[in-house]
Amino acid sequence: MLADHFRAAWVVARRDFTAVIFSKTFIFFLLGPLFPVFIGAMAGALGAQVQHDLDNPQVAVAMPAQQGDALIAARDALAPRMAGGVPEYVIAERLKDGQTFDARRLLGEKGNRVAAVLSGTLDAPVLTATSDRVDQWQGQIALFAKQARSDDVGAFPAVKADRLVATAASRRMDQAVTAQAGQVLLFLLTMLLAGMVLSNLVEEKANKIIEVLAAAIPMDALFLGKLFAMLAVSLVGIAVWGSVFGALMLVGMKSVPLLAAPAVGWPMFMALGFVYFAMAYLLLGSLFLSIGSMASTVREVQTLSMPVTMGQLMVFFFASYALAHPGTWVEAVSIVFPVSSLFAMLARAAQSPALWPHVVALVWQALCVALIVRFGAQLFRRSVMKSGPSRAKRSWSAWARAMFGAEAKIA
Amino acid sequence: MNMKIEPFSHFEGEAISDPALETQELAIEARGLVKRFDGFTAVEGVDIAVPKGSIYGILGPNGAGKTTTLRMLLGIIDPDSGYRRVLGSERPTQVARRIGYLPEERGLYPAMKAAEAIAFLASLRGMPLKEGRRKGREMLEIHGLGYAADRQIRQLSKGMAQQVQLLGTLVHEPDLVVLDEPFSGLDALNQGKLERMIRGLAERGTTVIFSTHIIAHAERLCDRIAIIAGGKVPFAGRVDEARDRLRPQVRLETRTRDGAWRAALPADARSEGAFWHFTLPETGTEPLLRALIEGDAGILSLSIERPGLHDAFVAIAGEAAAHALAETKEPTSDARGRR
Repeated sequence: MLADHFRAAWVVARRDFTAVIFSKTFIFFLLGPLFPVFIGAMAGALGAQVQHDLDNPQVAVAMPAQQGDALIAARDALAPRMAGGVPEYVIAERLKDGQTFDARRLLGEKGNRVAAVLSGTLDAPVLTATSDRVDQWQGQIALFAKQARSDDVGAFPAVKADRLVATAASRRMDQAVTAQAGQVLLFLLTMLLAGMVLSNLVEEKANKIIEVLAAAIPMDALFLGKLFAMLAVSLVGIAVWGSVFGALMLVGMKSVPLLAAPAVGWPMFMALGFVYFAMAYLLLGSLFLSIGSMASTVREVQTLSMPVTMGQLMVFFFASYALAHPGTWVEAVSIVFPVSSLFAMLARAAQSPALWPHVVALVWQALCVALIVRFGAQLFRRSVMKSGPSRAKRSWSAWARAMFGAEAKIA
Repeated sequence: MNMKIEPFSHFEGEAISDPALETQELAIEARGLVKRFDGFTAVEGVDIAVPKGSIYGILGPNGAGKTTTLRMLLGIIDPDSGYRRVLGSERPTQVARRIGYLPEERGLYPAMKAAEAIAFLASLRGMPLKEGRRKGREMLEIHGLGYAADRQIRQLSKGMAQQVQLLGTLVHEPDLVVLDEPFSGLDALNQGKLERMIRGLAERGTTVIFSTHIIAHAERLCDRIAIIAGGKVPFAGRVDEARDRLRPQVRLETRTRDGAWRAALPADARSEGAFWHFTLPETGTEPLLRALIEGDAGILSLSIERPGLHDAFVAIAGEAAAHALAETKEPTSDARGRR
């Protein structure tokens, strides 16, 4: 009996998998996440160029000849040792005794990159600029002026560096970033793929194939077949995206920020991520399939799935919040609650090296998945094949009966 | 037409009442099936007994409960109450491999090729995919559709797609074939072809049950029928039995227009030109003939006509159901066709 169920589920899964994989929509599905990356990269590069062109300001120096030269020499000596951007300093004019300089006129001229004018003397420098530029540069100008006034023009002492890979504090922070990245990826993938399950089912109902399937195989098998077919599709998608990302890294996409190694190490983190993704997908997929069974049009599906999507978003935010509060009751609740457990435990894998909690959590999650899949399959069976009055006219109490009503009784 | 109708008010279903069925092995036995949807009773106490190897028709207008009854028999939906046994199992899904089902709303995957669609339907019923592919091609060749084996369903005409689905229903050689409105959407040529196919199946020992709103198909094909109207089954039994519920009609032509013989005619007798039409009296033909001859009627012709299934349907299900049946339209191509 069980073997028959699995055989039937396999028939459905095989059909769905090949149909999706060899469809045009799957190509777009694969390309989908690459579009934002590509567009983001293009926009970033373009923006950086624009930013570079626009925001490469100069400080024009208008001081007595020797003082101006000394200030620029001091700037050139100190700038490499200073973090952050130090603007370019250029001589606007070498002033003679008693000569004045109209800084406001220079700053008002179009076509130059001068953002500030430094006049006066080294003892009493005057900075003419907008308020934010004044706040930004007056400190470094004071430093350059002091250095320029000083007689000490010798070399700076060499600092012997004792570099650490990370401190406990930095590691915790970096791993929190890794954990958050893992959660975001898990959430996005789950949402993307669960939506595919839904559209697949609605299409099937529209094609009137569902009755043929329902007559031939048990509904549970149909439900499981669909669920696992889309899981397999999603794994193909992940493999493709992973390969593309890996290839980009190999060809030197250096700008991609590298995440800190998770506490359990990358291989284990990836393995756990895979298992948690499968669990999350099965949970959400079965929920969406159950919803799909009750709906007969895409519009109905959208209406019905909205609360689930919102709920999923809230769960994600909850798990993210728990991430920032390790060791508290918030984290404990997020681990126990089945829908957030997956996100919370993935975050834990990034932050804590202990593996046994994952074993416990996976057993718990598997139990919850089995229960929800079972419930979803029953609801699917009850809802997917009904004749009688139009669904559109069905009351909310009827929906409730479909959701929670007792099994049909056979005398 | 004015006919005597035997009362049916105490009808309790053929599964219980027909002694002929007690000696026959049944492919389907259902008693008191009830199905409600959100307060609406779609089927109310259906009794059906389908002998193995027979052709059984479920006759009724749209919305009568035919599809719901078939779905319950197949285990697609469970009845709210009642008993069903299909191919010896009270759980029809357990014997699904031995059943072939063509739903009223035909459906195949539009992107699938014809041979592949048949193989897929076969694999759903437990046949290995490879064998399904081989048999699918074979069946398409036999039925003159070999050229379409590698065409996608979306590229086929509606009629061809329907034939492909029918072949997919039969590819695994089921013991029981359930066809919901199989003649819908077929032209006269293909209707005849389907009738021959159904007879062929029955000759090979396959039980065929189909629903229809076209009485002629049921009359030509079926050994037994169930008349369904308003979710109830006012009659289930042999086609002959349904017709025998009505008294035969007499058509009499006489030389004389009046005379003592007129007293021998029953009260419902009416005259149409040279002919008299009336229901054969319960006393039979001989007393009638004797009275006509002795009364010097001068009989020119006398014929006794057995009522047709349509008349029986009107008598059993009522004028309203008959009217609904007559008005039952073929589903539109939009509603039925492939999307």
